[in-house]
Amino acid sequence: MTMETGGQPSTAAPAIELKGISKSFGPVQANKDISIRVMPGTIHGIIGENGAGKSTLMSILYGFYKADKGEIFISGQKTTIPDSQAAIAAGIGMVFQHFKLVENFTVLENVVLGAEDGAFLGPSLAKARSELTELAREYELNVDPDALIEEIGVGMQQRVEILKALYRQADILILDEPTGVLTPAEADHLFRILDGLKAQGKTIILITHKLREIMEVTDTVSVMRRGEMTATVKTKDTSPTELAELMVGRKVLLRVDKKPAKPGETVLDVQNLSVTDDKGVERLKGVSLNVRAGEILGIAGVAGNGQSELLEVLGGIQTATGSVTVNGQPLDLTGKLSDAKSRRARGIAHVPEDRQREGLIMDFKAWENTAFGYHDDPAYQSGILMNNHAIREDTEGKIERFDVRPADCHLAAKSFSGGNQQKIVLAREIERNPDLLLVGQPTRGVDIGAIEFIHQRIVELRDQGKAILLVSVELEEILSLSDRIAVIFDGKLMGERMPNATDEKELGLMMAGMSGANSEEVAL
Amino acid sequence: MSAIPRWADIVLIPLINLFLAFLISGLVILAIGEDPIAALKVMIDGALGSSYGWGYTLYYTTNFIFTGLAVAVAFHASLFNIGGEGQAAMGGLGVALICLFIPWPHWTIALVAATLAAAAFGAFWASIPAYLQAKRGSHIVITTIMFNFIAAALLNYVIVNNLRPKGAMDPATAKFPEPTHLPSLGDMLGTFGIPFSKGTPANVTLLVALAACVFVYFLIWRTKLGFQIRAFGKSQPAAVYAGINPVKITIICMMISGGLAGMMAINNVMGEAERLILGSVEGAGFIGIAVALMGRSHPIGIVLAALLFGFLAQGGAELSLWTSVPRELVTVIQALVILFTGALDGMVRAPVERVFLALRREA
Repeated sequence: MTMETGGQPSTAAPAIELKGISKSFGPVQANKDISIRVMPGTIHGIIGENGAGKSTLMSILYGFYKADKGEIFISGQKTTIPDSQAAIAAGIGMVFQHFKLVENFTVLENVVLGAEDGAFLGPSLAKARSELTELAREYELNVDPDALIEEIGVGMQQRVEILKALYRQADILILDEPTGVLTPAEADHLFRILDGLKAQGKTIILITHKLREIMEVTDTVSVMRRGEMTATVKTKDTSPTELAELMVGRKVLLRVDKKPAKPGETVLDVQNLSVTDDKGVERLKGVSLNVRAGEILGIAGVAGNGQSELLEVLGGIQTATGSVTVNGQPLDLTGKLSDAKSRRARGIAHVPEDRQREGLIMDFKAWENTAFGYHDDPAYQSGILMNNHAIREDTEGKIERFDVRPADCHLAAKSFSGGNQQKIVLAREIERNPDLLLVGQPTRGVDIGAIEFIHQRIVELRDQGKAILLVSVELEEILSLSDRIAVIFDGKLMGERMPNATDEKELGLMMAGMSGANSEEVAL
Repeated sequence: MSAIPRWADIVLIPLINLFLAFLISGLVILAIGEDPIAALKVMIDGALGSSYGWGYTLYYTTNFIFTGLAVAVAFHASLFNIGGEGQAAMGGLGVALICLFIPWPHWTIALVAATLAAAAFGAFWASIPAYLQAKRGSHIVITTIMFNFIAAALLNYVIVNNLRPKGAMDPATAKFPEPTHLPSLGDMLGTFGIPFSKGTPANVTLLVALAACVFVYFLIWRTKLGFQIRAFGKSQPAAVYAGINPVKITIICMMISGGLAGMMAINNVMGEAERLILGSVEGAGFIGIAVALMGRSHPIGIVLAALLFGFLAQGGAELSLWTSVPRELVTVIQALVILFTGALDGMVRAPVERVFLALRREA
């Protein structure tokens, strides 16, 4: 969107050019004949659904995988990148979605790690310190070089990753889903840093599935679908709707279509709920909230601020102090009846945040996963044995009603895509007709097409008069799905807002720990 | 989805592993100056060439089926029970008490009672490490192996001080009374007119072992408990999410495992020795680990693997008897089989997967 991009002479060699890259994993073709040109001094977005092949492509560029076919050119020079050392030598730096930092090392030590010259640390640390100060000034990358990684926030940790790449003289920076763990304010800061880097002539590749980020910071955007590059367009010439269509291959509804809520009786009432974890850290600090029948309460917050513990307590995975009632009857928070089985008996269904770790047994077949958690159901028994036939029949019905693809109840859960895995979990939990549905990150790692479907199902359940507690780190999802929004920060609720009376900016400030009142002052 | 068809996983890969193990064993035998082909012939003749050989091979097989099943059941819950040795020894104590102190009218009733006692003693012995793991987080590998030594010491004490007949010099109980003696395979086949060596230790327990295989199959794949055990074994966080009590599953599963290991005693103590001798388990508890690994924790696989190790045990004994190949080398061959079928499984698997992928791509 800047002038330089538009005015870039087309004769300049691209910073990166990939020609006809193909890569297969067994029978799965992750990349099919991909060609892309990334011009120097631009921010190039790569967008696509999970499993579209974005990460594979970048892993090839960073030397983690070897392409089956195709060529890589860096600044016009044909290059082979057998390993990440070669990638670094070619001036490529990568910031992974999951940071690769040593937790109990300082920032400085992490930056130097792997790039020490000589056997003694002293000189390289001194050199790094001066360079770090230089870089920090230049790019607004302020970090305390002597802080321990485990003691700084995720936004800061990400800056350390960027500094690591810059310290290794990277001219090309690849960022993989960089905003997943950031508050909106931190994300804005990151984008300012990226603009600064661009102004210094660095080339940036931004991999994301968030349309808003693409529209905000990139100059050019490439769309991937099912291993193929379906389009490369100038960002200013496109729109979110068009990009979404290119990603999914059909028209999609980006907003949730729902009628106003008709809240009834209070179903869930939480008073003064506190959780202390194994290490003695207080994760929830006296949270109080309620959810009524026929309404969706959304909990907004940056990951790790206590929302997971809230779901775990209500789902019977974690013990807590305080008091919780469901339909007026108290829940056991510490005793014999505080387990997940007792919760289900009380009409609480739970779609956990991490479906691959908790919600499903990845090696189990789809039909076994349907019985999972409800294996005590008399309908699933025949005498002392389990009635596998009945479970399979039930699963086939669920697969049909929830449009799970492929429609084969004998496939292992791990063989389904993220969206279809989530549909299996949702089908299992929603069809139990619960009074209260706990939903964590319903669309994390789920493709856009399935998001629409999952949102519709949750709203449908609400319209049947059920109470729904939604936890999501995606603000857009919270805003579009919730009837009421509570913001959580550091184990405490910062306040409640109605979705039509707030915006991402206000929620973002509350998520960063500023109280609602303060944020309004800031806004004024 | 798995890259190779099921049959290749279950049949082809173990066969390649076995072939490699025998190949290297052959080289070792060659290196000490013996003829590997002749050695193999002695083993096969000795273990499978006569009903006498079979009588011993099947006796060992019976032991290994029990200990293999024991390890397999625990494997399904991701628990590594290497205490089969101690649990089987304790099972022996249970059998001895039942046989020595209760007058039984007929072996059938004695067998039922002894089986229950053997299972109960084995289960009890496994329940302590299980409790420590479930409640205290003490690692089950460490505790079960420790409990092997405790079992040996306890048995030593009980046999020498309490059960040894007055004046006897060897650490063993008195001979069990006649009505508790189990019919050997030779006796049983003889009633059907099938000639089979009567002087061999294989006995009716083989049928109990096969019944245990059927029991384990139904338990693991068809019951709710098995479902919970497998779910817990695949993912503990998911099991907790589903309301499965990890403490309960750990203890129950380990008790079933220990019970199966303990049941081995009806074969070696009641069926063969007909008295309890110190050290009568003879490493079968450890062989069970290899059997479970090679049998992929499935009862059918376990029967086949137990047969293989039964063959190795008997064939190996014959080898040291008739040739100058030392007995230790038999242990080397067993170790190689364990190494290739267990630890080095991945080495063979990767190339085989590649071959199948290449074939599929061409198709």
